[in-house]
Amino acid sequence: MSVRVLLPNAFQKHTNGTREIQSSAGNLPQLISEIETTFPALRSHLRDESGQVRRFINFYVNEEDIRFLGNDKYSFKDGDEVLVIPSIAGGCCAAGECASRGIRLAAVCSCCSYCGQEECCCGD
Amino acid sequence: MAAAYELRCRECGKRYENAPLSICDECFSPLEVVCDLEAAKRTLTREAIAAGPSSMWRYQALLPVPEDYKPVTPAGWTPLLHAPRLAERIGARNLFIKNDAVCLPTLSFKDRVVAVALANAQIFGFDTVGCSSTGNLANAVAAGAARLGLKTYILVPGDLEPAKILNTQVYGATLVRIDGNYDHVNRLCSQIADRYNWGFVNVNLRPYYAEGSKTVGFEIAEQLGWRLPDNVVVPMAGGSLITKIRKAFKELIALGLVEEKEVRFFGAQATGCSPIATAVKTGADHIEPQRPATIARSLAIGNPADGVYAARAIRESGGWAEDVSDVEIVSAIQELAETEGIFTETAGGVTTAVTARLYAHGRIHPDELTVACITGNGLKTTDVLQGAYEQHAAIRPRLTDFENYLEECSEENELELGGAYVR
Repeated sequence: MSVRVLLPNAFQKHTNGTREIQSSAGNLPQLISEIETTFPALRSHLRDESGQVRRFINFYVNEEDIRFLGNDKYSFKDGDEVLVIPSIAGGCCAAGECASRGIRLAAVCSCCSYCGQEECCCGD
Repeated sequence: MAAAYELRCRECGKRYENAPLSICDECFSPLEVVCDLEAAKRTLTREAIAAGPSSMWRYQALLPVPEDYKPVTPAGWTPLLHAPRLAERIGARNLFIKNDAVCLPTLSFKDRVVAVALANAQIFGFDTVGCSSTGNLANAVAAGAARLGLKTYILVPGDLEPAKILNTQVYGATLVRIDGNYDHVNRLCSQIADRYNWGFVNVNLRPYYAEGSKTVGFEIAEQLGWRLPDNVVVPMAGGSLITKIRKAFKELIALGLVEEKEVRFFGAQATGCSPIATAVKTGADHIEPQRPATIARSLAIGNPADGVYAARAIRESGGWAEDVSDVEIVSAIQELAETEGIFTETAGGVTTAVTARLYAHGRIHPDELTVACITGNGLKTTDVLQGAYEQHAAIRPRLTDFENYLEECSEENELELGGAYVR
């Protein structure tokens, strides 16, 4: 199994100009590890002080934000094209906790959708 | 600082010389322009500004362009209107509208950011410029580039309003419709900017572009007689405008042009695309991307570039964010037009509806000086009012026909008042 990974210009200073790699990673955490092994100079730039992948780095699979696909839980398929784009938005932590928390918030959060207050009585 | 401005990483603080660059190569976070306020302080006075042109360029010393830059398009300096009739309708007593529905040359606040971005595109030597856009930016880039003789590639979502498409193509721009939403378009533009030597105003020129938004804040302060309001309500798409109005107020305080004051910032989004409002409401320090589904297409950015900073600015200021439904957006467009004679597009409907809700929920006190920012013109999104008004049959050009018509109208009104007819 192989996926095509497109790297942004901003990475090239740390990748000796490499713009594209083929990877056999099965999911996002594996892919990030592989990128770091292939380009050791990139590692300290890719992660913050706590070891988390920096939040401004976004990953997309075949035009879809990987966070819509399950983030770390998404299994790459043969022929997938993975796009790495920094600085589009806030992003979230690489562990995928944010994504799962987001789903929880949307599904069961007790915030009022009208005023945003928990336990509010707008709708009563 | 060598020049009067330079680039700096918003996260790690690394400095960069001026270049078409928007991403820090150390931590991959966004860059922004920092102006040398100490240098500006020596010459910038209220009088010097008042003696400047009647456009956003009266604040040129606080924008990232060379001192000797000669602007070619007088964007900005739009009216700040007292809005007593809308205020009465929504329970306010001290409400103002900053009306960028009449910002020149293309009737949205994007003319401000484009003016600064294209100035820098020329400085960096680009002969081709472009943008990803939900419409207003497309219009502004197309017009601005035409005036400067630059080639233009503009990428937009495939379902954009017809008026915004026409208002881009008329300037001779190459319009590329993308089968996807704005976030798809924006991502593609990031790739194109990496590959082609073009100046994308909201990608590789973004730090310069964003500074143009500060002029909304400068103008509000000057038009209020060099004082800051208590509250500002701002529509949020990518989230940049609200952060830059705040930056503008801080710069004016640092320059001693206004008295220090904590202004509260309120963000407005459509419920069908509300990633920043959601972050504010849930207290999250990150943005969860959304798939947009709203008629407010100029605000339909599911993965907002400055979302984190917008949410932070709102929280730090003691403000709040709200989101409103598409039905409320259309009603608010009508309400603003009927009460203040301002015809805004859907984004302005969002701002107006959110402003009303903030008063209704007691988040803004009626007596506080509040400015609602209207950023675009209703003539660009007339499709949302399709069918909203009945057209009666044409009458003959005779006085008797006109009198009959008036009589029919009054009968209809009576029926309406009696509750038998509901619009």
